Amino acid sequence: MVLQSSFKSCLPLSCLLRTPRAGFGGTASGGLIIQSLSNDVYQNLAVEDWIHDHMNLENRHVLFLWRNSPAVVIGRHQNPWQECNLQLMRQKNIKLARRRSGGGTVYHDLGNINLTFFTARKKYERMENLKLVVKALKALRPQLNIHVTDRYDILLDGQYKISGTAAKLGRTTAYHHCTLLCNANKFLLSSVLKSPYKGLKSNATPSVPASVKNLFEEDPSLTCEMLLDAIAEEYATQHRIDHHITLIDPTDETVLPGINDKSKELQTWEWVYGKTPKFSVSTCFNMIYKDSVLDVKVDMDVKHGRIEACDIDLPQQWLPPALCSELVKSLTGSKFCPNETTALSSTLLRTCPQDYELHRKWNLLCENMTMLM
Amino acid sequence: MKLLKDAHLLYINRIKRVCVHHVRSCSSIRFIKSKYACVFDKSAFNFSHQHRFFRTSAVSRGQIVQFKLSDIGEGITEVTVKEWYIKEGDSVSQFDSICEVQSDKASVTITSRYDGVIRKLHYNLDEIAYVGKPLVDIEIDASKGVAPEEDVVETPAMSHEEHTHQEIKGHKTLATPAVRRLAMENNIKLSEVIGTGKDNRILKEDILNFLAKQTGAILPPSPKAEIIAPLSKSETVPTAPKDKARKIPIPISRPIVFSGKDKTEPVTGFHKAMVKTMSAALKIPHFGYCDEIDLTHLVQLREELKPLAQSRGIKLSFMPFFIKAASLGLLQYPILNASLDESCQNVTYKASHNIGVAMDTEQGLIVPNVKNVQVSSIFEIASELNRLQALGSAGQLGTNDLTGGTFTLSNIGTIGGTYAKAVILPPEVAIGALGKIQVLPRFNGKGEVFKAQIMNVSWSADHRIIDGATMARFSNLWKSYLENPASMLLDLK
Repeated sequence: MVLQSSFKSCLPLSCLLRTPRAGFGGTASGGLIIQSLSNDVYQNLAVEDWIHDHMNLENRHVLFLWRNSPAVVIGRHQNPWQECNLQLMRQKNIKLARRRSGGGTVYHDLGNINLTFFTARKKYERMENLKLVVKALKALRPQLNIHVTDRYDILLDGQYKISGTAAKLGRTTAYHHCTLLCNANKFLLSSVLKSPYKGLKSNATPSVPASVKNLFEEDPSLTCEMLLDAIAEEYATQHRIDHHITLIDPTDETVLPGINDKSKELQTWEWVYGKTPKFSVSTCFNMIYKDSVLDVKVDMDVKHGRIEACDIDLPQQWLPPALCSELVKSLTGSKFCPNETTALSSTLLRTCPQDYELHRKWNLLCENMTMLM
Repeated sequence: MKLLKDAHLLYINRIKRVCVHHVRSCSSIRFIKSKYACVFDKSAFNFSHQHRFFRTSAVSRGQIVQFKLSDIGEGITEVTVKEWYIKEGDSVSQFDSICEVQSDKASVTITSRYDGVIRKLHYNLDEIAYVGKPLVDIEIDASKGVAPEEDVVETPAMSHEEHTHQEIKGHKTLATPAVRRLAMENNIKLSEVIGTGKDNRILKEDILNFLAKQTGAILPPSPKAEIIAPLSKSETVPTAPKDKARKIPIPISRPIVFSGKDKTEPVTGFHKAMVKTMSAALKIPHFGYCDEIDLTHLVQLREELKPLAQSRGIKLSFMPFFIKAASLGLLQYPILNASLDESCQNVTYKASHNIGVAMDTEQGLIVPNVKNVQVSSIFEIASELNRLQALGSAGQLGTNDLTGGTFTLSNIGTIGGTYAKAVILPPEVAIGALGKIQVLPRFNGKGEVFKAQIMNVSWSADHRIIDGATMARFSNLWKSYLENPASMLLDLK
């Protein structure tokens, strides 16, 4: 399939920062279309942060196009335990990222495209952006039955969600980003976005589940590149600029000074998990030990991703009470994280009496505790 | 009260001095007429009196301004407060982030319009905040000369003006009013100063540095102790050239003010567990024994075997050899693979050689172990190590991998070092620390110097049940296996 040739180049962003690209006709506002060379979700989110913090968007609009390798992206104020299946993600090596904008949880892979519309704060207008996307898609495939809802979703055939939206507003700049499902792995999407957690109480923003569909299912001739191109074309037309996509490397410090620090920050445990609003866990599980089934009840309060308070209710005398309280004491203040708990519990075992039975019980209990995280 | 009055007079004197030099003194006059006569310029006060403790008692009664939640856009009237970045009593500067609010999938960062101290938060977390209603109360330090902004009304037209105001205020040369004042007082053009703050904002330090370069003198330190860089040597007053007797210039001491603060964090989770373990470990009477191993033959052997292991999909390092040799040694000296109970009444000789390998991960020091080395081949040990290393870097080691160790080797040499004093990990009784492999000159049997690959090992053992001779003999055996790898073949099971 021959694609509409769009002139792509790698220009230093610094020179573009200073000189707004005036369109033909000499209009005051400039526009810029950039596309990321990376598929790393953290690097791409870092580019958004960078543009938001450093770029002068007084008289300029920027469109940023990006795609990620498999990742789940939660909203700024969400709870990952509540929103997705962390165990499954760890197994499948699917990354977890927390973005700075609000909204719900989404699954990204290379079959999904992301669009970020950067404007000055006072020019923030989500509906216009989404209408632009719809217009672009319809220009590409006029038969598509798509429209924008008042929740800023784009629906296909009136019922399937193909795009979700989120936004971030700062002091002088704002951005609105949205997804667009072209041919993402729907099966993986639905299994990963389903949390097996029961007994979690939290004030975090909940996601609103929706039936999704890929545009590919509607028209198998569509590819991500075509969609990106069509949207860039429409954007260029509306902002009266050249249909020129500048490619950027989100690891290049000369073009984006300080970008690597931003990517690093987005990957820290403190950001991804620690920013979860306060929540409490109240659950119970069964343990099978030597032909008997034991009921264990666990209550925990988690703040900033750390266990503030912990209570483990075990059958009487199954573990020496001193040991049990030692575990509870150690867990208090510790990260609500399986690695931390495993490391902690195996280290504590070194100072316990050397009893094979005791070690087996301890390991069993700790393994079950880590399953909760 | 007399003190305050003196301070006030001092300030007026300062203003008078300023007024002589500058035409634009209208702001100063405005201040004198202010109702709040008790307010005084802290920097002037400090310069003359150096009584720092007065700062706390002289509470500046500034004006309390209600900072209202400005228009979000899109006709939104209410938002949920999701996170506070400040708390009551914190100082804020203009443009600092105050809180994060959320409205319908949009997350908004609200920044302060004023310099001052937060006196009241009007909402708790997860409460609904209303546009146009007070968000926080800020006490403005009136000496900074900030006239309270016009109240923000909900109509979009007003917010546009507010934005324009901000643009005029701080578009190209961002600086707080206090900084602008300082620049003005010293006849400095802001456009000539390089800003080092966020968004190239000009900070007070930038003005001070600019001034220092101009006049070659340091201004008195302000109460908010900022970092004032000591002047470079070229700017120190040079000794008189005719004074030849004094060859060494007397250094002029400058007050170096450092504004870093100590940071205290609680010890939690894994680190807390390590504290407990290491405290228990120190109760063990350690003794050390060190030696040097010539790995020249082993290096060669590994080079030969590496491609073979690679073809089987396994990365072969030196550790599998060290581990296997240790196990062979433990067969001869099983006391080193034992455990002493808490009361020191019984010694348990462990049947399995579960040799731990210290790993440096994000968490810190983790010690997974290779199980049953006594019945494993070097290749099997190597593949197990690969598995543990992969899990270790992913942070996914399980309880089974991390418990049950009987003897430990720590290859600190991969990071660096020669000799080390390792701490025994209870309930074990011995540990070995391996230094880095260095190429050093040594003498061979014929008295010739040759290039040898030398590695140092430092053993630590529990002196309650291990004696020096046992450790030495074990070490010699381990050393002989590694210096002459072919000899391992004789004893491999």
